[in-house]
Amino acid sequence: MISDLFSVTVLVGILASGIRLATPYLYAAIGETFGQRSGVLNLGVEGQMLLGAFAAFYVALTTGNLGLAVLVALLVGAIMGLAMAFVTVNLHAQQGISGIGFYLFGLGMSDLLFQKMLGTVETVKGFPKIHIPFLSDIPGLGEIFFSQNLMVYGAYLLVPIAWFVLNKTTLGLKIRSVGENPEAADSLGVSVAGIRYFTIVLGGTLSGVAGASLSIALLNVFQQNMTSGLGFIAVALVYFGGWRPWGVLGGALLFSMVNSLQLWIQVLGIPIPSDIAVMMPYVLTILVLVASVSRVRGPSALTKPFERED
Amino acid sequence: MKKTVRLFVLFVLLALVVGACGTPATEAPAPVEPTQPAAPTATEEPAATEEPTATEEPVAEEPFRVAVVMPSAINDLAFSQSMYDALLRIQEEMGGESMFEIVYSENMFVVDDAAAALRDYASQGFDLVIGHGSQYGSSLQEIAPDFPETSFAWGTTVDTFGLPNVFAYEAASDQGGYVNGVIAASLSQSDIMGVVGPIETGDAKLYVDGFVLGAKATKPDLQVNVNYIGSFSDVALASEAANTHVSAGADVLTGTAQMVVGAIGVAEENNVLWFGTQSNQTSLAPTIVVASQVYHWEVVLAEMIDLIKGGTLGDQSFVIDLANGGEVIEFNPDYTVPEEVQALADTTIQGIIDGSITTK
Repeated sequence: MISDLFSVTVLVGILASGIRLATPYLYAAIGETFGQRSGVLNLGVEGQMLLGAFAAFYVALTTGNLGLAVLVALLVGAIMGLAMAFVTVNLHAQQGISGIGFYLFGLGMSDLLFQKMLGTVETVKGFPKIHIPFLSDIPGLGEIFFSQNLMVYGAYLLVPIAWFVLNKTTLGLKIRSVGENPEAADSLGVSVAGIRYFTIVLGGTLSGVAGASLSIALLNVFQQNMTSGLGFIAVALVYFGGWRPWGVLGGALLFSMVNSLQLWIQVLGIPIPSDIAVMMPYVLTILVLVASVSRVRGPSALTKPFERED
Repeated sequence: MKKTVRLFVLFVLLALVVGACGTPATEAPAPVEPTQPAAPTATEEPAATEEPTATEEPVAEEPFRVAVVMPSAINDLAFSQSMYDALLRIQEEMGGESMFEIVYSENMFVVDDAAAALRDYASQGFDLVIGHGSQYGSSLQEIAPDFPETSFAWGTTVDTFGLPNVFAYEAASDQGGYVNGVIAASLSQSDIMGVVGPIETGDAKLYVDGFVLGAKATKPDLQVNVNYIGSFSDVALASEAANTHVSAGADVLTGTAQMVVGAIGVAEENNVLWFGTQSNQTSLAPTIVVASQVYHWEVVLAEMIDLIKGGTLGDQSFVIDLANGGEVIEFNPDYTVPEEVQALADTTIQGIIDGSITTK
């Protein structure tokens, strides 16, 4: 039975599942990385995802236009981001608490809209799987990497872009300096408020897309509270990945692969109780986090509101 | 000054959440307001119907008043919806809102909030207060003795705690599971089937075990892969579990609880058959849903209501099953089941009803 795990079908299955499962984490966690690198912790990711998921689903259902659906999810996420930015940057609200406020708002609002505008669980025609010519015919690898839907590819494309922006551009430098030492950045003429507005809105936007990747690409259905804690895991993955896009990618993949591994363990009838199996990804995450915590240091100004001293 | 502004904004935010949301947040009192911000459905307006009954008390016959607390949404196409639909059917039978009043709190996945709601309903003098979820049992055990005039019901369970005002109800979901398993096995060509379950307990475990038993009874060599994802709400993981089953060669899937909507999508995408339970799930994927075991709680609810009217407030437990009509196998009219399979399904149902087939 254990040896079944190493058959090609199973390995391909685990990897392909893992790649899909990691998609919403990637969008949300990359967005959160930008926010945290500039010193803002946004715990409202889950709420932004839910609203983005609903918005995208609703637009896709009523218009059938998937591009428009993603755009609306982007917008909804951005608006949520703007509100979060106003509360944390202008009003200096405690970030953790206000983030939870936004989470609850998103949870309740998406539920309310769902009840008022749809009323029942429905399905929608989402992004189809794209089989990249030739590459998707490669045995194994083809199914894993080259037969996914557009939003999956988008998530993985985002990682190098985020890395480039954060590390190789002036904007990235500003973001990092605002997160490390806002006073110094301010004295050099960097607008701390402006940068934080940018990163929080970007984070909200990507969270909205993360929601859309669930409701119109991976699942093609909307249900109340369908993110089911995904947004919070995304926040944890930012810590896990040491505030670096590649680290986030590694964390998201590890978590998702172990999750799909445990699905296979049950399917193959390997005698591990299901309760233990479903714990695996979480236990592993905690272990890696504990092992790596001394290695990386987070942005110094994380969660600290910036108040200019005149 | 700054502090007050901050506090004010937070307060406004929280107020927004409390006011607008349909889900119980961590603020316990919010979801249990008698005006029901959580349940703004047009069909019942508790606040509106309550007042006339209070003022015109002596004139007309008082309506029977039921309050129900549910773990997920009334339209989840699964557990909660099965109860809500049953209450609506009873309401229709009894002559509408003026005779039968329904008030509900949905999405009460936080047990503390649910307990507050249950107590609140009890103190409002409802005739029957239902905690629709086995997680609400210990709360009811605590609350029920404080309201000896109010009848409580909870499920799925058989345990009334020996209290004179607590009813218990459960579904013999293994029976419908067995029938689904028999039909599924007959239709499977790869002889591999997959099950997406939530947590290995209660109603879900009964259904899954029944399904496996029915399948094995039909084709002993058939393989049923069972997967519990450890969550009632993780739609994404449920969908990936279904993907896993399909990769493992399954050509028939089933699953239970509200997160299976994700799995049904995967089944449809891969053109794999689906068997539903709790509510009729045909509408989600009309091409691949073969049959659903549907709960008709009204069968036991009607009994409870009669008992309550007669002065018995509890200490009895009820089961819905195929025999009493509380469980019905509803076929998808758009999916044609071969005649011999339909015949086998009918004899199986008959066999379970007359006791010649055991499903546990």
